[in-house]
Amino acid sequence: MSELTLTVMRLGFLAVLWLFVIVAVQVIRSDLFGTRVTQRGSRRGNEARPQQTARQATTTAPQQQRQQPAGGGRQRRGAPTKLVVSEGTLTGTTVALQGQTITLGRAHDSTIVLDDDYASSRHARIYPDRDGQWIVEDLGSTNGTYLDRTRLTTPTPVPLGAPIRIGKTVIELRK
Amino acid sequence: MSVVTNTTTIGAIEAPSRRNTELMLLVFAVAIAVFAYANVGLAINGTLPAGMLGYGVGLTLLAGVGHLVVRKFAPYADPLLLPLATLLNGIGLALIWRLDQSPRLKERDNFAAVASKQLMWTAVGVALFVAVLMLLKDHRILQRYTYISMVVSLVLLILPVFFPPVYGARIWVTIPGVGSLQPGEFAKIIIAIFFSGYLMVKRDALALASRRVMGLYLPRGRDLGPILVIWALSILILVFETDLGTSLLFFGLFVVMLYVATERTSWIVFGLLMSAVGAVSVASFEPHVQQRVQAWLDPFSKTTLAQTEQIAQSLMAFGSGGTLGTGLGQGNSDLIGFAANSDFILATVGEELGLAGMMAILLMYGLIVERGVRTALAARDPFGKLLAIGLSSALAIQVFVVAGGVMGLIPLTGMTMPFIAQGGSSVVANWALIAILIRISDTARRPAPAPAPSPDAEMTQVVRP
Repeated sequence: MSELTLTVMRLGFLAVLWLFVIVAVQVIRSDLFGTRVTQRGSRRGNEARPQQTARQATTTAPQQQRQQPAGGGRQRRGAPTKLVVSEGTLTGTTVALQGQTITLGRAHDSTIVLDDDYASSRHARIYPDRDGQWIVEDLGSTNGTYLDRTRLTTPTPVPLGAPIRIGKTVIELRK
Repeated sequence: MSVVTNTTTIGAIEAPSRRNTELMLLVFAVAIAVFAYANVGLAINGTLPAGMLGYGVGLTLLAGVGHLVVRKFAPYADPLLLPLATLLNGIGLALIWRLDQSPRLKERDNFAAVASKQLMWTAVGVALFVAVLMLLKDHRILQRYTYISMVVSLVLLILPVFFPPVYGARIWVTIPGVGSLQPGEFAKIIIAIFFSGYLMVKRDALALASRRVMGLYLPRGRDLGPILVIWALSILILVFETDLGTSLLFFGLFVVMLYVATERTSWIVFGLLMSAVGAVSVASFEPHVQQRVQAWLDPFSKTTLAQTEQIAQSLMAFGSGGTLGTGLGQGNSDLIGFAANSDFILATVGEELGLAGMMAILLMYGLIVERGVRTALAARDPFGKLLAIGLSSALAIQVFVVAGGVMGLIPLTGMTMPFIAQGGSSVVANWALIAILIRISDTARRPAPAPAPSPDAEMTQVVRP
């Protein structure tokens, strides 16, 4: 074996070894799962923001498209597509409704982490039933969950735009 | 416009199954290992090695079986654990085969070519990996065996005392005619199961009932009980088996898991103090340990070079490797002689692949540990969390102890580098460890089950007018 071949192989092997490590790290980078929090453009009109939003929109788009056929059978006209916090410290936060259960409470692993003195750690959850109807259920909270003015005692279907109150926070489903 | 609004969107990211990524990485890993094998052959004999086809096919088969089983039984598992383990094992096989070819080692009395044997042990390891994934449907089943695993691990740790010492340390169980086994390798997995089950139940007592003295939370005397027992046991292992590695692994694992379970820094402080006191006092009277410490402090000593030569040769190997190494098959790490392909295999990596290759190998271990910790973070049950942390930190401690010993950072201990080093028990036990981690990560990354339709709700609606 010539010296040159061996040198090339030696450096080549190291390169391949490092390439593997780099690919592995790339896999970790793309391996995020859990809850995605996206900052939308702020009111002050930061120039960099819209661009970022556009990019994030493109990354989320295929996912939504993929989700759509899955729930296609039970998706009805006039079904809500997002959940919006309309009052309280989290005002403006939205959650895309993709058939997943949304948990509300002060616990860190909730979908919406409420920073509210009147909320329990696992306060309530909102989930679709088999027909795709969204249901809100109080999870035995101390101060209760209100749909409009009535305190919830059983899992109750949520009409579009009806306010769900948890402490000072108000949440509604929108199209 | 004066109303402050929060403009965040929260969306769910579905956990993808990622099995195809794993397959891609596995193909890559097997290709690298075969490349290493070919490189060794070309460098030593000038031709492609004759056993290359068998080696390549064997490794491909093992990786393929592993992948298919993961695809079937743990579809949401972490995509990196299996490829990383396969690559380390493959490189290890190539390095062992490389040392088999060394003329210097062939001259030694007890020389035996072990590469094919190691491939067979790898097959046994993968078989155990498959068995664990198929039989262990849920890692929480292990929780039921908390105290049984305590007994089993103690038996495994104590067993070698009754067998004659091999090269100064009693870590082997030798059955005449059958072979020998290093039970400590299996004990580390079983003891991690015991620690997780025990700490899951006791962590509140250990974490909350404490007094604050000078910024440190001091545990109550009676809560110190278990840590004292474990400490005494690890000291006893050190005294009776003269095995620094196992006792360090055993005690270190306990302190790490105690810290993770209770979030109290004081446990780390106590653990370090106690292990320091124990190690120093044992080293003061145990000749085998003294010898190891002496070899660590002064490897190039003129008077005792016969005993310290291995470490001296290993340090020289790292030095002559430099940044980019001498190339596979072209180093002189076989000068280490005895145990060149087991305890000292990292010296071969250091010499023939250089600092660059060494860092890559250590990073791969780091990635396995990282995936283990990530699994622990994602796991939904406390037992799974503790077990994942325990297993990955056992691997991390072992890598640290071996690499530190070979590089002269800490006294050398009789432990093997997971996956790379020659040794049946080690490779089999580590494949089982990876299997349990894959099982936990599958459970952790599986999408949460849809909420069960509440029977109460339906009934209430029926009753409602």
